[in-house]
Amino acid sequence: MPQEPAPEAAGSVSVSLLRFTQPAGAALIALFLAACLQSGGGPQQPIAGADVARGREAIAAYGCAACHVIPGISWPRGAVGPSLEGFGARSMIAGRVGNEPAALIAFVRNAPSVAPGTAMPPIPLTEGEARDVAAYLYTLDAR
Amino acid sequence: LTLGDAFSGWPPPTLDPAGPNAEAIALMAWVLFGVLGLVLLLVLVAVALALFGRGRGKKTFARERTIWALGVALPSITLAGFLVYGLVVMNDLSEKPQPGDLRIRITGEMWWWRVVYLDADGRELFHDANELHIPVGRPVTLELTSADVIHSFWAPELAGKVDMIPGRINILRIRADRPGRFGGACAEYCGGPHALMGFVAAAHAPADFDALIARRSAAARAPVDALRMAGQQVFLASGCGACHTVRGTSANGLAGPDLTNVGARLTLGAGILPNNRGTLGGWVSNADAIKPGVRMPPYPMLDADELQAISAYLENLK
Repeated sequence: MPQEPAPEAAGSVSVSLLRFTQPAGAALIALFLAACLQSGGGPQQPIAGADVARGREAIAAYGCAACHVIPGISWPRGAVGPSLEGFGARSMIAGRVGNEPAALIAFVRNAPSVAPGTAMPPIPLTEGEARDVAAYLYTLDAR
Repeated sequence: LTLGDAFSGWPPPTLDPAGPNAEAIALMAWVLFGVLGLVLLLVLVAVALALFGRGRGKKTFARERTIWALGVALPSITLAGFLVYGLVVMNDLSEKPQPGDLRIRITGEMWWWRVVYLDADGRELFHDANELHIPVGRPVTLELTSADVIHSFWAPELAGKVDMIPGRINILRIRADRPGRFGGACAEYCGGPHALMGFVAAAHAPADFDALIARRSAAARAPVDALRMAGQQVFLASGCGACHTVRGTSANGLAGPDLTNVGARLTLGAGILPNNRGTLGGWVSNADAIKPGVRMPPYPMLDADELQAISAYLENLK
């Protein structure tokens, strides 16, 4: 019984805090969004020597979007494999192996060797192209 | 092979002719730009004089004679000149087929191109799709028609647009003066994925052309390993042969493109995708997601192993 008033009091305090801090909250949200925009450019898991822009070009050139929805590629929006939105924050590749750079670089070139049973066939990417593609995929943030 | 390798540029450059037919059109475009540029200049000067001029200059523009001369006579002469020029060029480009021409029949279909190489007597040699191969320097007679609605054949580096009309054969005589891979597109709205109906016109040195025709006219390469043999079985068991032909197998359908050489094609899906095992798998599994409205249904009944096998089999057909 004595505990009951406490939550009410806490509730009213937080409501009034919210009212007072609305402008400050808006500023915080703006700062957060700006931080998001800034961090969007760099890979979450850096890959030495890889070029994100070249990775996007390779993805377009090899037609990866024939099977996957890929942010940054407007067409096609394939519906065979999973969407790669937020791929940089995903823990698993193909639901089989941990999403580590070495595994991803191998997977985009020869998926069946990394995840046997996958429908994704080997793609004739060079090692350098595979590194670029992986670097691009790691920029695909869930936010 | 990526799309960048398949075309010399996309969209295809319209003022970079690779043969006499396109040259005449490019020259006409430059003449039009030049003459109409002069006309624009003349009009701007006349407007400036009429607005800001003083005394005699301004009065000249108010005279009836000036209006007759610059407003009626000059445009009539210029436009009549363009009309004559246009008719002469059109007449020059409407050539009759000549003996010794290579003959190729191209049929516009919703939404791809059926390409049939013919012998001198018009008998079919073999079917191909979505790309046209010609030798440099030799005139080619294209017999353009349609199987359904009106399409238009346009490879701007080689020739102007020619409509493909059901029940009619329009002749387009072209020649490529340099080797290259020239992009083309359907230039008449034909419904649904019209904007995804492209092709490649490739011009080869004569010896390369002969070798290519010899390869493409032969029966399909038989699968050599377990994966591709399994792929062929999946292909035949899934009923692909009801719409597609693979010469040398029981697949003999005519509704869709001949797949005897599908692995050798420069593009996939009629000039829209690079051609590799990945895009082949994506196309087979769900072509409609790539090209909405395409006549080929999705194949969700294929499992991962079957899709791997069929993609490997198709990639090897070359």
